[in-house]
Amino acid sequence: MADQSPSQIAPRSFALPRIKGRVVVMTLYLLFLLLPIYWLLNMSLKTNTEILNTFTLWPRNLTFANYATILTDPSWYMGYVNSMIYVVMNTAISVAVALPAAYAFSRYSFMGDKHLFFWLLTNRMAPPAVFALPFFQLYSSIGLFDTHIAVALAHCLFNVPLAVWILEGFMRGVPKEIDETAYIDGYSFGRFFIKIFIPLIASGVGVAAFFCFMFSWVELLLSRTLTSVDAKPIAATMTRTVGASGIDWGVLAAAGVLTILPGALVIYFVRNYIAKGFALGRV
Amino acid sequence: MEKTVNQKAWFLVLPVLFLVAFSAVLPLMTVVNYAFQDTFGNNQFFWAGLSWFSDLLHSDRMWSALGRQMVFSIIILAIEVPLGIFVALNMPKKGFWASFCLVTMSLPLLIPWNVVGTIWQIFGRVDIGLLGYTLDKLGIPYNYTQEFYAAWATVIVMDVWHWTSLVALLAYAGLQSIPDAYYQAAKIDQASRWKVFRFIELPKIMGVMMIAILLRFMDSFMIYTEPFVVTGGGPGNSTTFLSIDLVKMALGQFDLGPAAAFSLMYFLVIMLISWVFYTIMTNLEKREGA
Repeated sequence: MADQSPSQIAPRSFALPRIKGRVVVMTLYLLFLLLPIYWLLNMSLKTNTEILNTFTLWPRNLTFANYATILTDPSWYMGYVNSMIYVVMNTAISVAVALPAAYAFSRYSFMGDKHLFFWLLTNRMAPPAVFALPFFQLYSSIGLFDTHIAVALAHCLFNVPLAVWILEGFMRGVPKEIDETAYIDGYSFGRFFIKIFIPLIASGVGVAAFFCFMFSWVELLLSRTLTSVDAKPIAATMTRTVGASGIDWGVLAAAGVLTILPGALVIYFVRNYIAKGFALGRV
Repeated sequence: MEKTVNQKAWFLVLPVLFLVAFSAVLPLMTVVNYAFQDTFGNNQFFWAGLSWFSDLLHSDRMWSALGRQMVFSIIILAIEVPLGIFVALNMPKKGFWASFCLVTMSLPLLIPWNVVGTIWQIFGRVDIGLLGYTLDKLGIPYNYTQEFYAAWATVIVMDVWHWTSLVALLAYAGLQSIPDAYYQAAKIDQASRWKVFRFIELPKIMGVMMIAILLRFMDSFMIYTEPFVVTGGGPGNSTTFLSIDLVKMALGQFDLGPAAAFSLMYFLVIMLISWVFYTIMTNLEKREGA
């Protein structure tokens, strides 16, 4: 996607009025996407008095007190740390086990491969609500309740199939002759896989890691069910803002804005591959 | 690509198999276990046979939740798929603005789902939210915690906001892969814009659109967090979708038997529908490959 040949992106009948129509449509759509986020940002920079008493389109008394509350209180910022830990663990596990499996699916046919592939996919389709209670009992019984690894393993349920699916799509694009040449040159499978093959599909690995990161980061039902204190994710910590004196809107909004940042950061690195990634490497 | 038959490839798949078996099959067996038994506490279980299933099939609660779920998923698909394709057709093809659009559009996809709920909960409030306040000032009665239509509209607009970009990004990826020669041929034939879409672009993006529809259908079918945060399933039960109902039953009331039976049927419905989609998808891929 990144390296288009010039003939493919040559302008086609870009008459002036059409360009205007495009710009209008895109502006409206992006505005629709950004307005609610802007409103959250706007609220996070206001005091609670200003939020509740006056209706203002931008903060009149700019304050960073809400962010200061979160960044100085361990019970708040540990939520971010916990989320980060299990998300990174999950991404590492998912991609590591998915790589060889995706290679097998893309290169070989073996007994039951199609059924296995579909069975993997059904796990991506499994409603987390179905698994919430059994997971809780399973991880409690093996003493992993309220640990990061429990959430990381639980999220493998939908991330491993997804990683296999994406990587298989990318690997299919690599000509098989490369494998054969490497074997003739005397490479063992392990050395070929790590030294030659993985660098070839580096962008695919990046995209798969990005998607694992994303789906683990946004999921709440399982991570909330499996944790209580030590590994509590930030998304669950946010419910703390509901106190005896009502909801602390400013802090709630600031916490929300801070959950958007990691996603916005990682997306910047994979921006050229996003579209292909969402198509699961199948374009 | 032609694949070599190699049974040893199984060894490469083993790690995935073990991991997914641990995190999917093992818990699912617990569910199956509960679905056929009854308990009066103290970990004493009695064989209940199919009674939970027959109860479920005669329960209004399950059928109405399923009905709401179906209506929701169909509305979502009917809005998001055409809108997503339309947005993709209007996206810039390259340069800074293309990257800018891609990054901005992906933003809603990366927000934790309960924060998505919180954003819309705030946005729709009549006292402090931009949307609610504006509608209120315009004289439109709008209260998503009290009124049926307002609650549904909020949940649907929220989902459109959250996920249309996914469809658009997929359609965009499909459109990017169409060689320019197709457009030049269409130009020589003086095909209209609609004909170009109908006979060139649409067939070419069919494959990715199937993925989009599959993903959107599945994810909307198991939606939980966002409506739960915004409406809590209310007013009354009007936005209680299947997952919300299930969590209420399993973790709220601890009705293990009925909840487990519910889970199994839920899962079977999803499996069935994904199998249909998956078959269509692989057939499309085969036809393209040939």
